[in-house]
Amino acid sequence: MDYSIRIGGEAGQGIQTVGDTLAKVFSRSGYHVFTHQDYESRVRGGHNFYQVRFSDNPVTASRDKIDILIAFDTISIELYEKELSENGRIAYDSSSLKTGYTGPYFFDVPFYDLALKHGGSKIMANTVAMGAVMGMLGLEADILSALLQEAFESKGEEVVAANVTSLTAGLVFARQNCSGCSFSMAPLSEPKLLITGTEAIGFGAIASGCRFYAAYPMTPSTGIMNYIAAKEEEYGVLVEQAEDEISAINMALGASFAGVRAMTGTSGGGFALMVEGLSLSGMTETPVVIALGQRPGPATGLPTRTEQGDLQFALYTAHGEFPRVVFAPGTPKQAFHLTNKAFDLAEKYQIPAIVIFDQYLADSCWTFEGLDLDGLIYNDYRLRGEALRALNTYKRHEVTDDGISPFGVPGDSRHLVVTDSDEHDEEGHIIEDAATRVLMVEKRFKKKLPLVHAEMAPPMFHGHKDPDIVMAGWGSTYGPIKEAVDALSGEYSIGMLHFSEIFPFPSTDRFDYIGLLSKAKTTICVENNAQGQFARLMRAETGFSFSGHINRYDGRPFTVESLAGDIRGRVGRL
Amino acid sequence: MAGLEDYKGQTPAWCPGCGNFGILKTFKDALVDLGIEPHQFTIVSGIGQAAKLPHYLRCNTFNGLHGRTLPVATGIRLANHGMPVIAVAGDGDCYGEGGNHFLHAMRRNINVKLFVHDNQIYALTKGQASPTTAEGTKTKNQPFGVFSEQLNPMALAVAMDCSFVARGFAGDGGQLKELIKAALGHRGFSLVDILQPCVTFNKINTYEWYKQRVYNIGPDHNPNDRMAAFGRALEWGDRIPTGVIYKNDRPIYEERNPVVRERPLVSMKFEKSRLEATEKEFF
Ligand SMILES: Cc1ncc(C[n+]2csc(CCOP(=O)(O)OP(=O)(O)O)c2C)c(N)n1
Ligand SMILES: [Mg+2]
Repeated sequence: MDYSIRIGGEAGQGIQTVGDTLAKVFSRSGYHVFTHQDYESRVRGGHNFYQVRFSDNPVTASRDKIDILIAFDTISIELYEKELSENGRIAYDSSSLKTGYTGPYFFDVPFYDLALKHGGSKIMANTVAMGAVMGMLGLEADILSALLQEAFESKGEEVVAANVTSLTAGLVFARQNCSGCSFSMAPLSEPKLLITGTEAIGFGAIASGCRFYAAYPMTPSTGIMNYIAAKEEEYGVLVEQAEDEISAINMALGASFAGVRAMTGTSGGGFALMVEGLSLSGMTETPVVIALGQRPGPATGLPTRTEQGDLQFALYTAHGEFPRVVFAPGTPKQAFHLTNKAFDLAEKYQIPAIVIFDQYLADSCWTFEGLDLDGLIYNDYRLRGEALRALNTYKRHEVTDDGISPFGVPGDSRHLVVTDSDEHDEEGHIIEDAATRVLMVEKRFKKKLPLVHAEMAPPMFHGHKDPDIVMAGWGSTYGPIKEAVDALSGEYSIGMLHFSEIFPFPSTDRFDYIGLLSKAKTTICVENNAQGQFARLMRAETGFSFSGHINRYDGRPFTVESLAGDIRGRVGRL
Repeated sequence: MAGLEDYKGQTPAWCPGCGNFGILKTFKDALVDLGIEPHQFTIVSGIGQAAKLPHYLRCNTFNGLHGRTLPVATGIRLANHGMPVIAVAGDGDCYGEGGNHFLHAMRRNINVKLFVHDNQIYALTKGQASPTTAEGTKTKNQPFGVFSEQLNPMALAVAMDCSFVARGFAGDGGQLKELIKAALGHRGFSLVDILQPCVTFNKINTYEWYKQRVYNIGPDHNPNDRMAAFGRALEWGDRIPTGVIYKNDRPIYEERNPVVRERPLVSMKFEKSRLEATEKEFF
C-alpha cells in the first residue's frame, strides 16, 4: 500500500487544514506518512496544493503519481489530471466548480450541498471532503471524528456535532457512490509521531534548554517562531518579535551574554541582515544558534518555494575569521537532534551554529516511532553563581590551552564580565597591539577549530556495499535520493551518501567516504540549486570531484520518479 | 560600598578637553551616590568615541556593534531583568545607524537606560555630519553643507511616548548627575541626550556655544504634561532646555510579559521532565 492524495485549490480554501488533518488520520492509523506543500505567496486566491503520501512502509518523499485528487478548483483538474494513477480518482464538486467532468475516474461529490444539508453551513464542505476520502479508501470514521472533536472542542458541542455529521455524510456518500474505488488498506497499527521540519527545530530548541528566541517573520522559518511561541509559558522561553533581523540576532546575543541559551531564525534575506551580528558572535565568543530556512533567491526570489541556494552564503558570510558550525538536516528527526547538537557546540565552544534547511523540509510532515529523547545532549558550560564566585580572578577571554575561556554570567559574582566587538585583551578591553591580536586570533580561531572539526559526524551511507554508483546529497534531498536509490537498487549497484554535518567539513577518520567515492564508477551530486554548491565545497575541502551533477532550480523539490528517471538517464550516458 | 576608585577603568583615549571626560566623571559620581557596585549592572555600548565609555569605568560590559546597542541591551534585560542595563551611544550610533532600534525600544518600553553623548558629529570617523548636525553645516563629506533637517531626539521621544526623556549638558555636571540618577531610578525606557562638545571636529557647537544657550527648565515645567513637554522639546536655537522634559509611568515590558514577570529567564533551570509529554502531542 502506497497512496498519494493531492488537495488542490485556492489560498484561503482551507487546503492546509484538510492536508494536515488527513496526514494525522493516517499517522494515527499507524501508517507512515510524508506530506509536502506547494503554495503561492498570497493570502487568498491563486493555486496551491498539499500532497499526503501514506504507506505501510517508510516513505521519505513525494511521488509524481496521485491516487486521489481532491479538486477545490478547476485548475487542479487541468494541472493534475494527467498525474492520476491507473486506478486513481478525482473527487470534486460539480456544482461549486460549475463544471461537470466525464470520465471513469471523476467522482462528483456535492461537498457544499452535503455540508449545507448535514452540517448546516457551507463551511463544513472541507469536512465532507475529508469524510469522502475516508469512504473512498474504505476507512472508518472514528479516527477522523476524534480529531475533529479535538480541533473544535473549544468552539462548543454544536460545532463538533456539525463536523461529525458532515464527515459521516461525506463518508456515506463515497461508500455508496464511488463506483470502482478499489483502494486496499493495510491493517492499522500503533499511532506514529507526525512532525514537520520547523516543528522539529522548534521542539529541538526547547529540548535543548533554549530560553530566548528573537526573530522577524520570514517564510519558511516562521513555523519555528510559531511553535516556540506556543510553548512560551509552559517552558519558560521568551519569544520576541524584533523590529528587524539585525535586532533579532543582536537581542539573541545580548540574552546569551546574560546567561541563557538563545536562538534566532530567518531566511536568506533576513540572514543577510544578520551577517554583522554573526561576526559579532564570533568576535565576542557569544554562542547563538541560527536557523536558516532557504528559499529560492536572489533577493525576494520565490518566497514560498524551495531551494538549496544558500549553502555557500552560510559557510562563508561574515567578515573576519572565526569558527562556525553548519548543520543541514535531511529529516525532521535529524533537524530535532542537530538543533540540539547546534546548541551544545555553540555553548561548548562559544561560537555561532547554523542549522540550514529549506521550505521543503520546513513544511513537510514525516512520521517516526519517536524522536529518541534519550539521545539529547545537555551540558551547562557556563560559570554561574557559586562556581564563579569561588574564582580568585576572572577574565572573560582568558587565553587557555584549548582556546575556550571561562564563560561567566554577569551579575552572579563580583567578577566583571567584559566583552568587545573591537579586538580585546583577556579581560575583554579594547586593544590595538599586534601581540595581543595574535594571541586572540589563535585563541578564538586556530585553537578551537580542530576541536570543533573533530565533533563533526561523517556522512551517512545507505545502499549496496562497494557501489558502482554513488548518489550524494545534503540536507533536504535526503528523502528523494533515498527512495530513488532504493527504487534503482534492483537494476544497479547503487548507494547514497548523505551529508547533514557540513561544516567544518567532516574528516574521513571515522568513515573513508572519499575512498568509497573514488572506487565508484559514477558519482552524482544531487542538489536543489543551479551551481552545485555542495559539489564545489567537496572539491575545495577534499579535492574530490563528482563525475556528474543533477541540479533542480525551478523552486520545486525532487520527487522520487523524476529523480530516478534522471539517474537512469545519466547512468546510461556516463 | 563602592567608591570612586572602584570605578577607575582603562585610560581614556579621548582628545584632551573632550566633553566625554565630564560625562565619565559625572557617571561615576552618580553610581557612587546610588551605591551601585561595578558587578551589579551592565553597560552596553556600540562603536564611536562615546561607546568607549564602559572601558573607562569598571562594570560588566558588552561593547557591541555600531548602532546595535539597544537590541543587545534589550536581550540582556529580557534574559535578566534583575540587573540594571545601561546603553551608551553616540548620536550617530543611536539616531543614525540604530534609528530603527531606538523607535522600537521606546515602543517596547523595556527598562533600559539610554545615554546618548550628542556631539552633533561623527567623531571617531573624523568629522562627518551626524543626524543631529545643524542644517547647512559644511564638513569634508558635506562640502555644500548638510541638506537634511536636524533630528530632534527630544521631540521624537515625546512623540513616541518614551517613558523618560531628559537632556543634559556635559558642562553642567551637577545637573547631569541628577539626571543620570533620575533616569536610573525611573521605571521605564529612559533617554538622556547629553550635549557633548567635540573639541576636535565640531567647531560650531562648542562649550561656549552651549553655555550661552542652555537653561534648566526647573520646577515650573511639569514633565508629566505631554503637550507642555512637546513645547519644550521643540525649543532649539537661542535657548536650549535641559532637565527632565517628559516622563510617564507606562508599564514596562518586563512586568507585562508573563514569561518573565515572576522571575528572570537566567534563574530558570532546564527541566527535561516535560519533554515526553510534549513529544506525545505529535501523535
Ligand atoms: C557598520 C558600521 N558602519 C560604520 C562604522 C564606522 N563608524 C564608527 S563610529 C562611527 C560614527 C560615530 O559617531 P557617533 O556615534 O556620533 O559617535 P562619536 O564618535 O561621535 O562619539 C562610524 C560611522 C562602523 N564601525 N560600523
Ligand atoms: Mg557623535
